[in-house]
Parts: sequence; C-alpha cells; structure tokens
Amino acid sequence: MDQDHSVSLQTDAAYQSRRTRGRIRLRCVLALTRKEAYQIFRDPSSLIIAFVLPNILLLLFGWGISLDLGYIPIGVVVENRSADTNRIVAALRGSPYFMVREAEHRKELESLLVGGRIKGLVVLSQDLSARLNVGSAPVQVLVAGSDANTAELIVAYMETVLQKDRLHWAEEEGRPLRSGIINIEGRVWYNPNMDSRSAILPGSIAVIMTLIGTILTSLVVAREWERGTMEALLASSITRAEFLLGKFIPYFALGLTAMMLVAIVSVVVFAVPFRGSWAVLVGVSAVYLTVALGLGLFISTATRDQFVATQAALIVGYLPSFILSGLVFEIDSMPLPIRVLTHVLPPRYFVSALRTLFLAGNIWDVIIPDTLILCIFAAVLWNLTIRKTRLTLE
Amino acid sequence: MFERIRRLVIKEFLAIFRDPASRMVVTIPPLVQLLVFSFAATLEVRNAGLGIYNEDGGLLGRELVARFCSVPVTFSRIVPCESLDDVREALDTQRVLAVVHVPQDFSRELQSGQTPTVQVLLDGRRSNAAMVVQGYIGRIIAQFAQERMTTNENRRTRSLQLVSVTRVWFNENLHPLWSSVPALLGILTNLVALLVTSLSVARERELGTFDQLLVSPLRPGEILVGKAVPAFVVAYVEGGLMVAVAVTIFGIPFRGSLLLLAAALFVFLLAIVGIGLWISSLAATQQQALLGSFTYMVPAVLLSGFATPVENIHPAIRWISDIDPLRYMVAINRMMFLENPTPDVVLPYVWPLIPIAVFTLVSAAWLFRHRLE
Repeated sequence: MDQDHSVSLQTDAAYQSRRTRGRIRLRCVLALTRKEAYQIFRDPSSLIIAFVLPNILLLLFGWGISLDLGYIPIGVVVENRSADTNRIVAALRGSPYFMVREAEHRKELESLLVGGRIKGLVVLSQDLSARLNVGSAPVQVLVAGSDANTAELIVAYMETVLQKDRLHWAEEEGRPLRSGIINIEGRVWYNPNMDSRSAILPGSIAVIMTLIGTILTSLVVAREWERGTMEALLASSITRAEFLLGKFIPYFALGLTAMMLVAIVSVVVFAVPFRGSWAVLVGVSAVYLTVALGLGLFISTATRDQFVATQAALIVGYLPSFILSGLVFEIDSMPLPIRVLTHVLPPRYFVSALRTLFLAGNIWDVIIPDTLILCIFAAVLWNLTIRKTRLTLE
Repeated sequence: MFERIRRLVIKEFLAIFRDPASRMVVTIPPLVQLLVFSFAATLEVRNAGLGIYNEDGGLLGRELVARFCSVPVTFSRIVPCESLDDVREALDTQRVLAVVHVPQDFSRELQSGQTPTVQVLLDGRRSNAAMVVQGYIGRIIAQFAQERMTTNENRRTRSLQLVSVTRVWFNENLHPLWSSVPALLGILTNLVALLVTSLSVARERELGTFDQLLVSPLRPGEILVGKAVPAFVVAYVEGGLMVAVAVTIFGIPFRGSLLLLAAALFVFLLAIVGIGLWISSLAATQQQALLGSFTYMVPAVLLSGFATPVENIHPAIRWISDIDPLRYMVAINRMMFLENPTPDVVLPYVWPLIPIAVFTLVSAAWLFRHRLE
C-alpha cells in the first residue's frame, strides 16, 4: 500500500516535470490564442472594456480631476463700504475662481461655512481704509478646513487675487509699481501654462491601463476552472508556457491597441503635448502591459474562483493605482512607510515615465530606470504566475 | 414570508463568509486601505527636493538660501546647482521639484535699493505639487523681503499693502488626515457594499443556481431583500468599525451627532446596495459585473470631491457628480466629523440619496424578473 502510493507520487512528479518543461509549440499557442480571441469578440463586454471604457475614463480624469479652482463659493464681509473695499470685492468677483456672496455682518456668513455653503470668508474690517492710508491693513481670511486640500487651494488663490489688486492700485494712483523689494519670476518647465490637465492626463493613462489590464485578465483562468473547461485543457498535451502565452497574447494585443488609442485621444482631443518618441511610448507601454496583465493573470490563477478574483481585482485595480501612484498626491509628501510601499507598486513608475514622455521628452535618466524596474516587476509576477499555474487536478 | 427571507439571508451570509478567501477580501483590505490611503491623500508638499542655483556671492544671497535650508519638513533635500546644466539635470531627473535661482547681483542690487529678480523654476509634470510649492517659495521670499524692508532705512519707498491673515475653521492646523479619513470612510464602505452585491446575482446566474431561486416560492422582491441585507450589514458594520478607527487610532475629533451619521450612512448604503444589485442583475457574466462595478466606482470616486473640489469639475460632466451618491456621503462625513452641523444643513445632502436608492432597488427587482430570457 505504502509502496503503491510512493510509486504514484513518482509518476506524478515525472508527469509534472514533463509538463513544466518550457516547451512551446507555435501551433498550440496559436490555437489557444484563436480560441481566446473568439471569446473576446463574442462577449461584447471585453471590447467595451478595451475600447470604450478607457476613453470614458480619460474624459473623467481630464474633466473631473483638476486643481484649477472653478467658481468656489466664498463670502465677503464688508463692514464699512469704501472705494477700497469696492475695489477688493470687484477683484474677487472678477476672478474666475470665486463666486462671491456679500454681507455687512460676519454673523450672516459665518454660519454658512458649516456645511460648505461657502468655503471661505474674507473679512474687510471697519477701519480698513483708515489703516491703508497709514500703511498696511490686515484682511482676515477664514477657510473651512474640513476639506484640507480645497482649503490650501483657496488660500493660495485668494492670496493671488489680493496681490493682484495691490498691483492694480499702485498703477492707478501713479505710484511706482512695487509689490515688495524682490521680484519673483516663476517659470514652469515642461508645462508652461501650469495646465493641470496636461499633467493629470498622461499619468491617468497609467491608472486606466492598470484597470483595463486587471479587468481583462483577472477572470480568464478562474473562469476556466469554474466552468469546468480547464479539465478539457488538462486532458490535452498543453504545457504551462503554452497555456499562459495563449492567455497573454490576445489580451496583450487588445491592451496595447487600447493604450495607443488612449494616448492618441489625449493628444488629439485633449491637446496634451507629446514631446517624446512614439516608439519609446510603445516600448514602455508594452512592458507595463506585461506587468498589468501579469497581475490580472496572477489573481486569476491564485484564486481560481471568479468571485474572489473579481473582489481582489476591484480592490487592487483602482484605488491603489489612483492614490499611491503620484498621479494626484505627491509621493514625496507621504510618510516614510507609505513611500516605501509605493516602491513596490508598479503604477508609480509608469506614471513617471508617461509624464516625462508626454511633457518633457525622451529623458533617458528617467525612462530607463523606470522601464528596468517595470521589467523586474514583470519577471517576478510572471514567475509567480507560472509557479501557481497547475495543469493537474488535485 | 419573513421566514423565507431569513433563510435566504442566512444562505447569502454563508456564501460570503464560508470561503476563507472571500471572507478575507471583504474584511481586511478596507481597513488596511483606510490606514494607508489616508496618509497618502494629501496635497500638502513635504520632503520635496529643492535645487538652489546661487550665482550671487554676497551675504544677502546666502541669507536667502539659508531660509530655504531651514524648512526641512517641506524641503528635505537641497541640491546645490553650479550651472544651468545642473539645473536642467536636476529638474529633468525629477530629483527636485523646483529650483530657486538667485541672480548674480542679488546682494548688490538689494543693498543699493534696486529690485532684484529671483527666478523660480518648477517641474510642470508634477503640476499639483509645483503649484503648492510655488506658494511656499513665494511666501519665504516675501517674508525675507518684508524683514529686509523694516531694517531698510529707505522706508518711504514702501508700498501700501494688504496683509492677509488666514485662519482655518474646523481643522485649525489644516491637518490633511482630518479631511482624508472621513472621505475615505465613505469611499471604502461604498467599496465593501459593492464588492458583496455586484457579483451576487451574476454569480448565481453563471453557476445556474439563479434559476433555482426563481422557481422557489421566493418572490423577486424577497430575493432582492435577501441579497441586500447581508451586503448592507457587512458594509454597515465595517463603516462603524472605521468610524471607531478614525476616532481612536487617528485621533480625529467627532463633533457632530453620531445618530445623524448613522442615519445618513443607512440611506447611503441602501443606495449603494441598490446600485450593486442593479449592476449584478444587468450583468450576464461575472466579467460584466466587474466591468459594471468599475464603471460605477471610478467616476464615483473621481467626482466625489475626495481628491479635488467638486466645483473644479468641468461643467459638461458636473451633472454626473450631482447623481453620485459618494459625493454626498463624502461631504456628510467631513461635516459630521469636523463641523457639528445642524440637521437642516445635513439633510439637503441626505435627500438626493433617497431617489437614487429607490430607483436602483426598484429597477433591480424588475430586472430580476425580466432578464431571465
């Protein structure tokens, strides 16, 4: 009995090693690829995932995420109307950032700060004009900090508007134009108009492709197990490498086409500059897609269950790449443990490479390290996936 | 009827919690994500690299440079640049976010009463951080100038000016965690509710067990309730847990009424469960359900006001934000934690959730019956 068991184990091991030998027969791979392609074209949702969804997402990122303030409701308290206060109120009203609500007493407006009906409040005090005539006068700015990010933006913009008013004033009254004793000349490289969309869109392509990659592949292996079609594959003489290649090639082709489509749309429709070379973009994207599809396939082989695979894909596919990639939130600003964590998440490297390619050009010092690290990710993920792939029944 | 629903609810709970992998996925990641993301989601700039290109040999130039070196929280790495090539290299490789260029005659011009120009070069690839850091640098230089002015004998050239004094309400030190944690709380409870519901029907349909449910004495409305209750309970409990974590671990004050928050979360989760079931009953396969979940989740988060203010959204798609339940919950959460609002302030954010919940739940029930063919 014991002996029997060990014999069967041995044959099993021998069988397994025969299976895992890196034998790749082109005919088998092509046949599997064709089968997978049929599956893609027959379920319209795959095509929607590859071609419609990315463009919708691009639009959402381009129009939805912006740091350029647009008509934030604020209040102005004018305690004592004068030419000075009129000018300040007019400056605030004239700016494209604020929607101004005026009142004479701060009590009327302060309560509106609760609940965000106004997000900020400028108080022009009783003695503003009198103090301005002698020297400088304080203007009180109140902001609601319950949304700290918006509060930071409001303060920065408010400062700009008030400063602008000061310069105007000097011109009007024929005083020398002096905002201080040192001039500051700001110059933004790679993105001279500081257009936040130009910076967000290239990076958002990384998030979009992570999403597409995981959705496309996270179910492909689990599906075969769940539907029982895996057993049909097991009965064939197919090897692991052939099996995975057959799964990889069609989705890679689909993903790369989608990726290029999104890049073209962002340049043509959203007028994002592209200063690098398209060949490099194709190369980096191919590497990243290998990572993203590898992640999906890994989830799929590791879970073997569509339900769990889907849940895992939902968790790792979107929020981590959105929040921890440096797309909106600066990685350097995060606490150390989280900064370390971002290094083991692939999207950050793709975000940095994409931004550089679009806005700065072929800067090899950025692109080569990013691509190399992505290659390492690809190698590790595929290695894990191959290990997890079993072509035997338990 | 209640007995039938009770049985179905038990079955659904078992479906979620019997499988260790599924149990793990629903419970642990949301809490971990709350811990990780809340520290990450800030527009504040810290630990940035700053290049200094000082061509001025004088004392004042060095003094100004010293100012930048003495704010290690914001600029933890100072990269000295010797030439324009150095500047280009430092910016190109993203080693620095900005470079401050002090011109050749800075000290001399300043001493002789002229107005020297300090150049600030920023990396536009990281436009968010660049914009914020531009403000920091401006403030540091302005302060330096201000101090120079008061010691300057030549006071008559001083311009008249407005000095803005900023105060922040509800979050006095503008602590980013205080606003990111309440917002993430909404996002993550949403994610949990969606994880559990969006697959529930599609999965049964694919496995063929949905037909069995339909031939059972359960009516579509009852199936709906049976599917909704477990998801709702899981997400609600998880939400409560996150509130506790926010207050105890993160030390965020809770100034509003817990009862009001509980009520708002109740309506919100009804809406989300409705959306999840709607996606699930619309989808023929689990892949379609996954696609549906992402199609909801991505815009819901982007347009919720979590990362950037709702007002900044392009007018063409702002209407999407108006029907985004998450947008209301993010606002409610932030209010409840930090502002202590009266019910009449909160309710306008709760009302819009009700039609969303009614619409999605009713249409999901309708789809249960009519997607059979």
